[in-house]
Amino acid sequence: MKIAQKLNGEVVFHVKGVTKTYQMGEVEVHALRGVDLNLYRGEFTVLLGASGSGKSTLLNILGGLDTPTTGQVLYGKQDLTLADEHALTEYRRYHVGFVFQFYNLIPSLTARENVAVVTEISKAPMTPEDALVLVGLGNRMDHFPAQLSGGEQQRVAIARAIAKNPDVLLCDEPTGALDSQTGIMVLEALQRVNESLGTTTAVITHNAGIAQMANRVIHLTDGLISDIHVNAQRVQPNQLSW
Amino acid sequence: MNALDKKLWRELWAMRLQALAIAMVIVSGVAIFIMSLSTLDSLTKTRDNYYRDNHFADVFATLKRAPLSLVPRIEKIPGVDKVETRVLAYINLDVADFNDPISGHLISLPDNNSRGLLNQVHLRSGRLFEPGRDNEVLLSDEFVKAHELKAGDKIFATINGRRKALTVVGTALSPEYIYQIAPGAMFPDYQRYGVLWMARTPLASAYDMKGAFNNISLTLSKGAHSEDVIDRLDDILRPYGSIGAIARKDQLSNRFLTEELKQQNTIATVFPIIFFSVAAFLLNVVISRLISLEREQIATLKAFGYSNLSIGLHYIKLVLMIVSIGIIIGIGAGTWMGIGMSNIYMHFYSLPYMIYTLKPQVIFFAAFISVLVAILGTLFAVYKAAKLAPAQGMRAEQPTIYHTTVIERLGLQRFFSQPSRMILRNIERRPFKSLLTTLGISMACGIMMVGGFQEGAINQMIDVQYNMSQREDIIALYAEPTSQKSLYSLRNLQGVEYVEGFRNVSAKLSFEHRSYRTSVNGIPQSSQLMRLLNTDLKEIDLPEKGVILTDYLAELLHIKPGDMLTIEVLEGQRTTLQVPVIGTAKQYLGANVYLQQKMLNRLLKEGSIISGALLKVDERDQSLVYNKLKEMPRIAGVIEQRSAIKGFYETMNESILFFTFISTLLGGSIAFGVVYNSMRIALSERNRELASLRVLGFHRSEIAYILLGEQFLLTLVAIPLGFLIGYGLCAYLASQFESDLYRIPLVLSPQVYSFAALVVIASSLISAIMIWRNLAHLDMVAALKAKE
Ligand SMILES: Nc1ncnc2c1ncn2[C@@H]1O[C@H](COP(=O)(O)OP(=O)(O)OP(=O)(O)O)[C@@H](O)[C@H]1O
Ligand SMILES: [Mg+2]
Repeated sequence: MKIAQKLNGEVVFHVKGVTKTYQMGEVEVHALRGVDLNLYRGEFTVLLGASGSGKSTLLNILGGLDTPTTGQVLYGKQDLTLADEHALTEYRRYHVGFVFQFYNLIPSLTARENVAVVTEISKAPMTPEDALVLVGLGNRMDHFPAQLSGGEQQRVAIARAIAKNPDVLLCDEPTGALDSQTGIMVLEALQRVNESLGTTTAVITHNAGIAQMANRVIHLTDGLISDIHVNAQRVQPNQLSW
Repeated sequence: MNALDKKLWRELWAMRLQALAIAMVIVSGVAIFIMSLSTLDSLTKTRDNYYRDNHFADVFATLKRAPLSLVPRIEKIPGVDKVETRVLAYINLDVADFNDPISGHLISLPDNNSRGLLNQVHLRSGRLFEPGRDNEVLLSDEFVKAHELKAGDKIFATINGRRKALTVVGTALSPEYIYQIAPGAMFPDYQRYGVLWMARTPLASAYDMKGAFNNISLTLSKGAHSEDVIDRLDDILRPYGSIGAIARKDQLSNRFLTEELKQQNTIATVFPIIFFSVAAFLLNVVISRLISLEREQIATLKAFGYSNLSIGLHYIKLVLMIVSIGIIIGIGAGTWMGIGMSNIYMHFYSLPYMIYTLKPQVIFFAAFISVLVAILGTLFAVYKAAKLAPAQGMRAEQPTIYHTTVIERLGLQRFFSQPSRMILRNIERRPFKSLLTTLGISMACGIMMVGGFQEGAINQMIDVQYNMSQREDIIALYAEPTSQKSLYSLRNLQGVEYVEGFRNVSAKLSFEHRSYRTSVNGIPQSSQLMRLLNTDLKEIDLPEKGVILTDYLAELLHIKPGDMLTIEVLEGQRTTLQVPVIGTAKQYLGANVYLQQKMLNRLLKEGSIISGALLKVDERDQSLVYNKLKEMPRIAGVIEQRSAIKGFYETMNESILFFTFISTLLGGSIAFGVVYNSMRIALSERNRELASLRVLGFHRSEIAYILLGEQFLLTLVAIPLGFLIGYGLCAYLASQFESDLYRIPLVLSPQVYSFAALVVIASSLISAIMIWRNLAHLDMVAALKAKE
């Protein structure tokens, strides 16, 4: 509860008893078995867990990409589990920024245009240029994804996610495909956004080292939260042991 | 432009060849639709205007001779508006330096320097007649062109046995002779048949028609029924030797035109259906592939809050862009082809002008159908894209499940190499798509065959009708039925090898409630020059009793051998006869009844009388014979079909060339569209697989074999299937085009088949060459690095 007080205690996400079951023909896959969790405004959370433990599933549900089988997810006062297709789209459009492991840029659009795709449909976005400068790509705006390195592509993806000034930023293994140096640059970009804009940020990673830069670290095991750890001292990305 | 639209343009540019290949198929559909409908509209409009402006009559009748005092009675028939009587003479003509026999219709125009009340002539050049000059004539434009005559030239006519010099003062066209053929002929021959106009008084005096008429036309007042008027008119004219009036719809020239319009209508429906379905199929496969390649992009866009609708619209826009290219080029091509067709028609038919009519609604409809079909074709794929759950889209698609093929289950795999097995598995994995691809290529093959079908059909038609069945060189038509003995004088002419007389009368045939007007032909029992053929084109003997019918006529009347046919003779005593039908004869032109001449003479209660003669003539003496025949007063006309056919071929050649060109273009566009697109898609789907094989040391030719082998296999299957489709298509068109005027035989020469196959194979090869170049650029590193 200390952390809650430190962060004004404002709950952004209230997750209660969430399960997710996938029907794979005969067998049922229980990706989440009953998750209870609060995320607070402005906090930087890292999600850790073995492969298949349900991290992506949880993040997707938070981001309105997916709906839980049972349980409740409140975003502020809005119950995402009751939201229809249209409402979820609006929710994603105005509140959420995503960063994916494989960047998911649109190959036929330049860096600037990839960001513009999002700013064009947002309410009060920054300009694509500003967003790209923020991630250190001011000189790469008119490059196509194929002309960018992996790290640069991931930073474009971050620029795209933050350009709309989202309330929450959800990142699924943003450094998964990157080497340590580039990874650090990406994490710095995330941290800068988190600190300067106060964006609630959740990052999935397999790299336990990254957990040191978070406010809180959440461990998932087999579809359940096994541990929540609060970092007394946050470590700067460039100090991380990779 | 927003970023998403930029994506669209760039993607369109990246797939420009594929898009163009699809657009070309749409171009074909739109073009042929616009071409045939605009030709139809142009012909209809031109005809209607021409008929209206030149007061084309509603009812026509010819008779032997009636006094002008009859006219008031005719004018009083309820429903009759205007009446015009004319003198019409069937004559022999003589043009300097032209030896073949020429026949013509000489028609009276009023003396008062007018173009007539009804069926007004359209003066193309020169002037009308000057009063007092009794030897001036107008000639049909085509005739003048064929003989390179000019105003002031003299021609000679034998009218009623007397030779008369006539001076050409002008050229004209008439709504009555849009299709200008000699009586009994099938094809126009502007050198050997002409239409002439002359002032009434001199013609009447030359033709013994002073104070009389032998031809009448009339228009109907609004709401009048032609059948009622015809009944009354026939009652009045019967005593004067009328064989019965006919309505405009049965007027010969008009009938040919109507058949032509009907054909355009069929073309306007059949072909666009094929092209649009192929286009829909192609769009479906290409867009489906694109969407499956862009699954993650779609999911990402959705993750950022793009709605289902905007994703759906995004892809619909791409479809619309491709379709728009097709529509725009198609409208241009269709207009060009329509103008081309209309011009061919204007020359083929004697029309004074052609009002090219391209109705906005035709363009709109073409565009609307294209868009509709394209959207329907891609709706499912686009719907899937729109509905794609974002979390789902992020996950890589499950590897496709391959099975062992039937061949392998049958234990035949040892006959196939590993790459060949890959080909077979790939085909078996998606049997439906393989089937549609095959079907698309077959359609191309089928369409190509339609292009070649026309020529073969006409050859067959002419061969059967004029080489196997009618074997005479010349037909001599008598002015009046004459004794059989008259044949002696013909037989004795130098150069005449063989002569046969024939007797024919106009008659109305009926069976049950159906009836048909045609001529009943009496020919010698074992005629050498007029042979009747059965369906196997073997000669059939004329029975002692009973009649043989043209096969189509039997169908028309629903009469079969054994039934009794009622023949109402429209000439002479006007007897009504009951005769048994013995059989039918295969004929592609006309619809007639045949029986033994002796029997016809007996039924008509007359002696050995004939209406004309068929002559076989030594080629070297042909002009000698013509000259002799021209001098014989009892011969009203001489018909020589062979030169007419030659002339017909010459006019046809132009349009056949046009047709072959167009159908090759159309068929080629489908073949290329289908083959190229399916190769491109196969390449995109198997990019990684092929690149991996390259990494493993396969040669470019070996991976090309895996990729292209599949397409070639499908093409090979498609060709025989295409032959079937083409045959069916031709059969359908032939059945649609059939009428009592002519039937189009279904003969497809080996050249038609081989040409169609050739174009399909060539299109495949061109696609293959283009893909081969792509295979050279297959990026092994990138293909392996990128995640699918
Ligand atoms: N669409 C789906 N259909 C079926 N099973 C699914 C689906 N999505 C996830 N799963 C299953 O749910 C479980 C949790 O998956 P999830 O992607 O959340 O794991 P994760 O923790 O993100 O793993 P990783 O670290 O490998 O990304 C896994 O067993 C996975 O196979
Ligand atoms: Mg995951």
